[in-house]
Amino acid sequence: MSPVVSEHDAHPLSLSKYITGFVSCVAITLVAYLLVTRSSLSHAAIVAVIACLAIAQFVIQMVFFLHVGEEQRPRWKLAVMFLMLGVVLILVFGSLWIMNNLNYRMTPVQMDQYLKSQDSL
Amino acid sequence: MGYGLLWPNPCYLPHTTIKESGRMSELATTLDLERIEVQATDKTVFGFWVYLMTDCVLFAGLFAVYAVLHGNTFGGPSGHELFKLPYVLIETMVLLTSSFTCGLAMLAAQRRDRTQVLLWLGVTFLLGLTFLGLELSEFRNMVLDGNSWRRSGFLSSYFTLVGTHGLHITFGLIWMAVTAVFTLKKGLTHGILKRLTLLSLFWHFLDVVWIFIFTIVYLFGGLSI
Repeated sequence: MSPVVSEHDAHPLSLSKYITGFVSCVAITLVAYLLVTRSSLSHAAIVAVIACLAIAQFVIQMVFFLHVGEEQRPRWKLAVMFLMLGVVLILVFGSLWIMNNLNYRMTPVQMDQYLKSQDSL
Repeated sequence: MGYGLLWPNPCYLPHTTIKESGRMSELATTLDLERIEVQATDKTVFGFWVYLMTDCVLFAGLFAVYAVLHGNTFGGPSGHELFKLPYVLIETMVLLTSSFTCGLAMLAAQRRDRTQVLLWLGVTFLLGLTFLGLELSEFRNMVLDGNSWRRSGFLSSYFTLVGTHGLHITFGLIWMAVTAVFTLKKGLTHGILKRLTLLSLFWHFLDVVWIFIFTIVYLFGGLSI
């Protein structure tokens, strides 16, 4: 059970990658925070920018901390990750879409009309 | 296949070992064993990765619930009134730093430096505990102010989402403490290195989930949308 030598690692971990990842994540977090607390931009613009910053930070942490994309072919880890992203997007945006649609169709006025039409039957 | 973080590509192994010892028959069996171990570790790491990705789907469900319910305050306070952003920024930085120190522990594990592994695991554990303490005191203040999960749909979904993340952190901390004790007792054996690899994946993953909690719950909430 001797530990396997590390000098032949296909992708050895490197300090510089962790530092790059950490520093850029701290910077992105601070920029997003300052945008929300200090900036005078419109809400829509801030939302768009901090959403992009979150996605950028997601990619940075996946690459530098979770080592996505370092494996050799066949890249099953990457494949499972994209499957997850697909399911997540469908789940979140699908829910929002359906619930907004329901909200729109079930405003009180329309509910009253619907109930009245049901009563008359 | 190469899913492991601390393990070499099996095809690189033969050359050096043959040069160093030259006892061919004994070598063949050790090499086979090492190769089997490396492949088993690859499979374990991949299996754990699949678990992490399905855990993402769990969080996606909770995010979807929060996104749908975040406006339903039922006359109670909204996120804009409740969240203290400077406080949450400190929480975020503490968790991000703990993710980084967890990476430093893995670098030490790659050098087979047990003292450094334990040191950085200890730092990671303390930072994780600090994060959990900050989060629980935030929850406590909210509940004492009468804004518990029973107050509104918004607060129910908020406590479920952030609380589930906190629960993951709690289990991560327990796992980290157990792994540290085993590292202290057994040294950096193959099994321990495997556990450390899985633990670091879990810990980094929790920080990835927090990016979205920080952005969607706290920053969007701070903008009162």
